[in-house]
Amino acid sequence: MSFFFFPLFAKNHAVSIRNYGVCGCLISGFGVKGFGLAGKISDAKVILNGGQRVTFLGPGGYFSFHNVPAGTHLIEVVAIGYFFSPVRVDVSARNPGKVQAALTENRRALNELVLEPLREEQYYEIREPFSIMSLVKSPMGLMVGFMLIVMFLMPKLVENMDPEEMRRAREEMTGQGVPSLASLLPGAQRN
Amino acid sequence: MAMAIRVFLLLILFMSSSIPGFSLFEDQVGLMDWHQQYIGKVKHAVFHTQKAGRKRVVVSTEENVVASLDLRRGEIFWRHVLGSNDVIDEIDIALGKYVIALSSEGSILRAWNLPDGQMIWESFLPGSKPSKSLLSVPASVKVEKDNVILVYGGGCLHAISSIDGEILWKKELTTEGMDAQLLFRPHGSDVIHAVGLHGLTQFGAYLLNAKNGELLKHDSTAFPGGFSGEISFVTSDTFVALDATRSTLVTISIRGGKISFQQTHVSDLVQDFSGMAVILPTKLTGIFAVRMNRLIVFIKVTDDGRLEVVDKKDHVAAVSDALPVSEGQQVFGLIQNEGGKIHLTAKICNDMRANLLEESIEMDHHQRGLVHKVFINNYIRTDRSHGFRALIVMEDHSLLLLQQGEIVWNREDGLASIIDVSTSELPVEKDGVSVAKVEHNLFEWLKGHLLKLKGTLMLANPDDLAAIQRIRLKSSEKSKMTRDHNGFRKLLIVLTRAGKLFALHTGDGRVVWSLLLHSLRKSAACEDPTPLNVYQWQVPHHHALDENPSVLVLGKCGYSPDALGVLSIVDTYAGKELNYLGPLHSIAQVIPLPFTDSTEQRLHLLIDVNKRAHLYPRTPEAKDIFLRELANVYWYSVEADNDILRGHAVKSNCILEVADDYCFDTRDLWSIVFPSDSEKIIATVTRKLNEVVHTQAKVITEQDVMYKYISKNLLFVATVAPKATGAIGSVTPEESWLVVYLIDTVTGRILHRVTHHGSQGPVHAVFSENWVVYHYFNSRSHRYEMSVIEIYDQSRADNKDVWKLVLGKHNLTSPVSSYSRPEVITKSQSYFFTHSVKTIAVTSTAKGITSKHLLIGTIGDQVLALDKRFLDPRRTVNPSQAEKEEGMIPLTDSLPIIPQTCILQVFDDKNKFNSPQSYLPLSIGHAWGVLNQEGMSFVLDLA
Repeated sequence: MSFFFFPLFAKNHAVSIRNYGVCGCLISGFGVKGFGLAGKISDAKVILNGGQRVTFLGPGGYFSFHNVPAGTHLIEVVAIGYFFSPVRVDVSARNPGKVQAALTENRRALNELVLEPLREEQYYEIREPFSIMSLVKSPMGLMVGFMLIVMFLMPKLVENMDPEEMRRAREEMTGQGVPSLASLLPGAQRN
Repeated sequence: MAMAIRVFLLLILFMSSSIPGFSLFEDQVGLMDWHQQYIGKVKHAVFHTQKAGRKRVVVSTEENVVASLDLRRGEIFWRHVLGSNDVIDEIDIALGKYVIALSSEGSILRAWNLPDGQMIWESFLPGSKPSKSLLSVPASVKVEKDNVILVYGGGCLHAISSIDGEILWKKELTTEGMDAQLLFRPHGSDVIHAVGLHGLTQFGAYLLNAKNGELLKHDSTAFPGGFSGEISFVTSDTFVALDATRSTLVTISIRGGKISFQQTHVSDLVQDFSGMAVILPTKLTGIFAVRMNRLIVFIKVTDDGRLEVVDKKDHVAAVSDALPVSEGQQVFGLIQNEGGKIHLTAKICNDMRANLLEESIEMDHHQRGLVHKVFINNYIRTDRSHGFRALIVMEDHSLLLLQQGEIVWNREDGLASIIDVSTSELPVEKDGVSVAKVEHNLFEWLKGHLLKLKGTLMLANPDDLAAIQRIRLKSSEKSKMTRDHNGFRKLLIVLTRAGKLFALHTGDGRVVWSLLLHSLRKSAACEDPTPLNVYQWQVPHHHALDENPSVLVLGKCGYSPDALGVLSIVDTYAGKELNYLGPLHSIAQVIPLPFTDSTEQRLHLLIDVNKRAHLYPRTPEAKDIFLRELANVYWYSVEADNDILRGHAVKSNCILEVADDYCFDTRDLWSIVFPSDSEKIIATVTRKLNEVVHTQAKVITEQDVMYKYISKNLLFVATVAPKATGAIGSVTPEESWLVVYLIDTVTGRILHRVTHHGSQGPVHAVFSENWVVYHYFNSRSHRYEMSVIEIYDQSRADNKDVWKLVLGKHNLTSPVSSYSRPEVITKSQSYFFTHSVKTIAVTSTAKGITSKHLLIGTIGDQVLALDKRFLDPRRTVNPSQAEKEEGMIPLTDSLPIIPQTCILQVFDDKNKFNSPQSYLPLSIGHAWGVLNQEGMSFVLDLA
């Protein structure tokens, strides 16, 4: 996700003596990636003080609130697919037009009211892409694997046996003839 | 070797099972979930049909929504919900591509791009004093000349460039106290006319230069009789108003810079008229419409200023604005209601005799009520004659498009304003339902199978595929009309502001039936019916299984607290109003009692403003039950204005002039008076009455047990400093505090009190079992916080001793009473929470076994599901091994926001989550169909 940085737009229209405007800009990769799963820029909203006022984003992601009284305010951004931290905005009463902003989530001060999403949100569980390992890990794959081990690895083990021992074993087996149930039982060796 | 294989196998098994099966995959959207979008009752509509391509209608609604709708199907292209105090005044289309919306009493003007709903510009228009707000957008599409939007608001006239929203000039008109009522600009001229009233006696007219706002001329003349308020446009130099008595029409004409008045008695025009006349706010040319009692009279103003009645219409429901059809010809639409039909007529303003269009449409007025508004639009037929389509807004807030005598589409936009919700069980499946009943007929059945065959052979086009999907959904288990084994499928009974009751199926959200309630329709006895609540009236089970379930719908006539109440009882299977009563006594409070009669009808106590209790149902049996339980009926009331809580109980029968056995006098048991100068009640919450608690004990680590203090009578009250009742940031942390109480409502005893310094509202809280979770704003850290209080019963703590249990020295069988002084301990903890919250609810299940989740509706119109374990006051930073085994989550300072557990949806802020169906994905909303499985399990558990 790429970010476009716009110049800071904390310009303040002094509307009356005590009320100021708060303008800001939202930055995100909306235009780049926004159209698929995630929301569009036109669906994003900026909310002042928990619903006291709602505004929308203009082209380029600009927003503004007019007639904001001096004091401390909270700006929240709602954009489907992105997580924005709420922003604490202090509108100064002493220095007209001075606005200070800080993210409340990580207490980072913003020297410009330029907001960017902290992260993208993935609402859906992502399907595992196809991989050989997933095939192998499946019960079917495990069964096939076990079979292969028996078919190819076991004969190898037999091959590596000492030929002398092998001959003895074979002799023993022929000497016994058809193996009976008794000979397979433990203790049959003794007689 | 074998060992190694076994280990490997186990490892693989572990790996494959460690993938969390948490939420929904993207391609599963729409299989288990559904969403619906609504906009609300339409206030204004502007058609956009000139160009080829998509035909649209742009609407603004009473729910502060601006939306662009597809004119062919009625679907929403885009939709914006403005802030709750940003009421839309007017909308229009400028330059053929921008939707212009004026809102907040003419102080905010926004332009949205018509195709995609992107905001293009926003202008703030500072005014000096409140006034009417008017919007005038030039009709021509030519950019080079007529690109100026005129806005009158806040006593000032603004000219705004429609390209970038820049304010070109501003002119204050209120210097002499005039409030402009009409704003117009004769075609092709550079002069703006503004006419209005100074007070109610003086008529004023301004002429302004459109280029720079220079005042060219200003006339004003006093009218001795005084005006009633509104002025209606007839021609650019003739206006009509009513005098203060509303019995005389005043024709105002401006000739040669002189204003002259001419008075005509209404009774001279219409014989035997008495009462009040009202000029309809329609913008017709040459004529105007006056409503007199039930009659609408169209009156023409002749050149010499005389009035002439041209037409009288009865049963008129609505009149549209004038629509310019061709050069010099204007047409308006008229809707008349008659019996089960509505008649749509299109007439030419200049020639009232001829009707361009006459259509009748069958419309059941019991279902949709009367027509409230009509908007018309024209199109050119293939034979070059004019055709008309009409958009009508009905009494139930639904929106319909009529064309060629048929309803092309309809939208149930009443569902945008849901007042209350209840649930109803579906009927039990009867054995032996024949196939013929399921498949409507053989042809349908064959067609379905043919479609499916096409689908498998990959011959189906997209339309067919959609049809197959529909059939599949229809036949799927979840949308059946019968009760399932676990009781997951239900009907949602939704009461809307229009007084209409809808039954929605939880499986797919379709409307099973809808009913405009008789008791909540406007009548002579009940002028302004407002719906209040829905309660479950009869929930049949056991011996009364054959009865249909029913709900009780309450409303009142008017908005004042002592307005008379009305009530209806509605069968939820048939969708029929069984009974309605009203207007009765006022309704201040409704108490569903935990008693039912032999037919499973629940007893309800309605408290009126005189503190009398009225018992329903009004049957001797119900009265007997009630009298038997009289000593155990308690309730409380909150006087938020005076910051007083009161507890009440029933005393005796009322002493009235007319004896009423079902009316009872009440007495006050206790009261808690909060100090008004330091505490103001902002929130009260209790437990849901129907909540089931599975276990009273909570097993904690080391095989220890804590006993939950579970009482139906616990009340959570939050108070704040009086200064801190305003919005966030309106008060310094030093001046704000939040005090939280847990109060027993039988005795009025305060069980717990905690103060959060530096905190303020709004407070949203939810109470369940023995805990309460509340959300508030901490102005010190300038973040939202959520706190949890759990309350435990200490008097039973001794019962842990096995020997005592064995020897029978326990107090487990002693009754839990509010009168015994409880020894309770509380545990609490607070966490930061990122978002503003509109509402909080908790999941509830039939037996209360499933672990609880909080459902949090955030300001961003999303619903988050948060495990209650995150709000466990025993969380510590480093949980011990035993605590970890118990599933305790290490303490963090803030609560996590996990997008996968987000049941994304939008809902109206007035909607509360209501008990068993904590999830409410309809209403004004665009719900992203992202119900994850966890969400799904809630729905399964509860809905």
